[in-house]
Amino acid sequence: MIKMNKLYLFLIVIALVAPSIVYPVFLMKLLCFALFACAFNLLLGFVGLLSFGHAVFLGTGGYITGYLMLHTGLTPELGILAGTLGAGLLGAVYGKLAVKREGIYFAMVTLALAQLAFFFYLQAPFTGGEDGLQGVPRGELFGLIDLNDNFAMYYFVLAIFIFGFWLVQRTVHSPFGQILKAIRENEPRAVSLGYNVNDYKWVAFIISSALAGLAGSTKTLVFQLASLTDVHWHMSGEVVLMTLLGGMGTIFGPLVGAGVVISIQNMLSGGELGNYIHIIMGIIFIVCVLAFRSGIVGEFQKLVKKNFG
Amino acid sequence: MKAMKKTLLAVAMSVAAATGVQAEGISNDVVKIGVLADMGGVYADICGQGCVTAVEMAVEDFGGTVLGKPIEIVSADDQNKPDVGSAKVRQWIEDENVDVVTGLVASSVTGAVTKVLTDAKKIALISASASNAFTTKACSPYNAHWTYNVAALANGTVKPMVESGKKKWFFITADYAFGHALEGIATKVIESSGGEVVGAVRAPLGTTDFSSYVLQAQASGADVVGLANAGTDFVNSLKTAAEFGLTETTDVAGLLVFTPNAQALDPAIAAGMKATTGFYWDMDDQTREWSARFKARHGSIPAMPHAGAYSMTMHYLNAVKAAGTDESDAVMKQMKASKPDDFFARNAYLRNDGRMVHDMLLVSIKDAASRQSADDIYNIEATIPGDVAFNPMLPECDFK
Repeated sequence: MIKMNKLYLFLIVIALVAPSIVYPVFLMKLLCFALFACAFNLLLGFVGLLSFGHAVFLGTGGYITGYLMLHTGLTPELGILAGTLGAGLLGAVYGKLAVKREGIYFAMVTLALAQLAFFFYLQAPFTGGEDGLQGVPRGELFGLIDLNDNFAMYYFVLAIFIFGFWLVQRTVHSPFGQILKAIRENEPRAVSLGYNVNDYKWVAFIISSALAGLAGSTKTLVFQLASLTDVHWHMSGEVVLMTLLGGMGTIFGPLVGAGVVISIQNMLSGGELGNYIHIIMGIIFIVCVLAFRSGIVGEFQKLVKKNFG
Repeated sequence: MKAMKKTLLAVAMSVAAATGVQAEGISNDVVKIGVLADMGGVYADICGQGCVTAVEMAVEDFGGTVLGKPIEIVSADDQNKPDVGSAKVRQWIEDENVDVVTGLVASSVTGAVTKVLTDAKKIALISASASNAFTTKACSPYNAHWTYNVAALANGTVKPMVESGKKKWFFITADYAFGHALEGIATKVIESSGGEVVGAVRAPLGTTDFSSYVLQAQASGADVVGLANAGTDFVNSLKTAAEFGLTETTDVAGLLVFTPNAQALDPAIAAGMKATTGFYWDMDDQTREWSARFKARHGSIPAMPHAGAYSMTMHYLNAVKAAGTDESDAVMKQMKASKPDDFFARNAYLRNDGRMVHDMLLVSIKDAASRQSADDIYNIEATIPGDVAFNPMLPECDFK
C-alpha cells in the first residue's frame, strides 16, 4: 500500500511539472481521454459490460456544457456540472434499457441507442450540425480564475481528472465494487446470492456515463468546441481500443492506453503517414488482441508478478 | 533586497523593450505559414497536397526569405473535422509560432479555425471554403477570404439562368452547413430575380445512391434542377440524373464545380453545363504559364483553390515586406491597402470585411469533340466583374 502511495505521489509530481515541458493543450486532451477511458473501463473491466455507444455520453456532456456556456454565461464549474448530470441522466435511461440484455445484445443495444442520439444531434438546430458549437468561452472558474490561460486550464483539468480517477477507484474498491466484480465473474451466482444484478449494472452504467460526460464537458472547454466527432461511433471504438491496449480491468490501463493512442494520433497527424492513421491503429489493435491480450499494464503486472511476486 | 528589486526592474524593463522591438520586425526570426487542408478525404483533390505545393511555389517565387528572415511551411490534415482542425491550429499558434494559416477547405472546419485565429490575433487566408459566413455573420478583422464564395456562385450561375426564363427551380442539397448556405443564397437570388423554388431535398454528405432524390426532382416539374453540393456528391448526383433521363428533359445546374470533378465526368453527360469559377488554367498566357509549372510538380492541372492559395500567400508575403513586420494588424492593413495583382487576381482588391473581390468566370463544359486534350474542359463564356459577383459588404464588418 505504501508502494502504491509513493507511485501516486510520483505521478502527481510529474503531472504538476509536465505542462512546463510538454504543450499543455495536448496534456489536457490526454487527461480528458484518460478520464473517458477510465469511465469506460469501470464498465468493461469491472462489470464485464461492453458498451459500444459510450461516445454518446462524451458528446452529450460536451454539447450541454457548450450550449450553456455559449448562451447563458454560466461559470465553467456549473457548466461542467450540468454536462455531467445531463450525461448521467441519459445514461440512466439508456442503461435501464440496455442492462436488460447481455453480451453482444447489450453491445448492440447501446450502439443502436447511441446512433439514435447521433442523428438527433446531427439534425437538432442547437448543436450546429456539422459545424458543431464553435467558440465556446472557457470563462472564469468560480468567477475568479481566468481559464483562457493554458496553465490555469491545465491545473483545473488535472483536478477534474484526479477527482474522476479517485471516484472510479473508490467505486471499484467499495463493497459495491466487489459485487460488480462478482457479477463479472459469475452472474448466476451473484443472482443466487440474492443480489438484484440488473440494478447493480444499472448504477455502474450511470456512474460510468456521468464520468464520460464529465470528460466530454471538460474537453469542450479545453478546445472551446463541441462537435459531432465526439458522438460518432468511431469515438466509441476508440475508447475500446484505448482500454484494451492499456489493459482492461487494471487501474492505470486506461491512462496508459489513452496516452499511447492520443500520442500516436498526434505524431501521425502532421506527417506523411497522416492518411494511414486508421490502418496503423488497426494493426496495433490486431497485434494487441493476438499477442498481449491483457494490454500494456496487464502484461507488465504479469511480468512483475512472475519475477518479483 | 533593494538592489535585487532594482535588478528585477531592470530585467523586466529590458524584456519589455525587447518584445517592443520584436513587434516591429519578424517574430521569432521566422515567418511560418501553416497549410491546413483535407489531405485524404472527399476534398483532397480540390486543395489538399496541391495547396501545399501552391504555397511552396509562392514562397520559392518570393525568394524564400522576407526581410532577411526565412519563410517556413508546415502542413496538417484536418480530416474535415472542426475539432481536429482547431486543435491543430491552436497548437501551431501556441507551441510552434505559426504566423498565418492558409488552405482552409470545409466551411465547418474554417468556422472553428477562424475563431481560434481571431482570438490569437492571427490572419486566416481562406482559399477553398465556400460559405460566405467568414465575411458576414462570422466576419473578423483577421479573415481574408480569397478564391470564391457561395454568393459568387449563385450570382454567377443562377442569376443569368433565371433571367433567361428558367423560373422554376428544384434543389438537391448536401445536408450540411455548406449545402444549406448555398441553397439559401441561391434561393434569395432566384426570388429576387423573379423566379421561384418549387422544392428541395437534402441528401447526406457522401450519398452514393441519388436515385430517390432525382425521382423527386423529376416529379417536381421544375425548369432547372440545381445541385447544391460539391465533389463526389456532385459527380454522383449528376450521373444519376443522366441515367434517369433528367438531363434530357430539364436543365441541371451544378452550383459548385471544381476542375477535377468536371474532368472526371463523361463529356456526354456534362457537356454544355455552366459553372462559375474563380480561375481556369487555360484563360491566358499568364494562367497557362503558372499552371504548367504547377502541373509539372503536382501532376494535375490546378483547381481554383490551388491558384487562390498561391495568390494569397504571395500577397501576404508582399504585405509583410512592405509593412516591415509580420505583426497581424499591420500586415492586414497593408494587404487591404495594396491591390493583389497576379495571374489569379484580376481587377482585384481586398475589401475591408476581408472579402477578396476579383473577376469571376462563367464557363461551360466542353463536349468531347471540341476537347484538344484531357485538360481542355471549359469554354469561357463570360467574365463576371467582382462587384457584381460578390455580396456587398455589411456595415458591421467594415474593419478599417
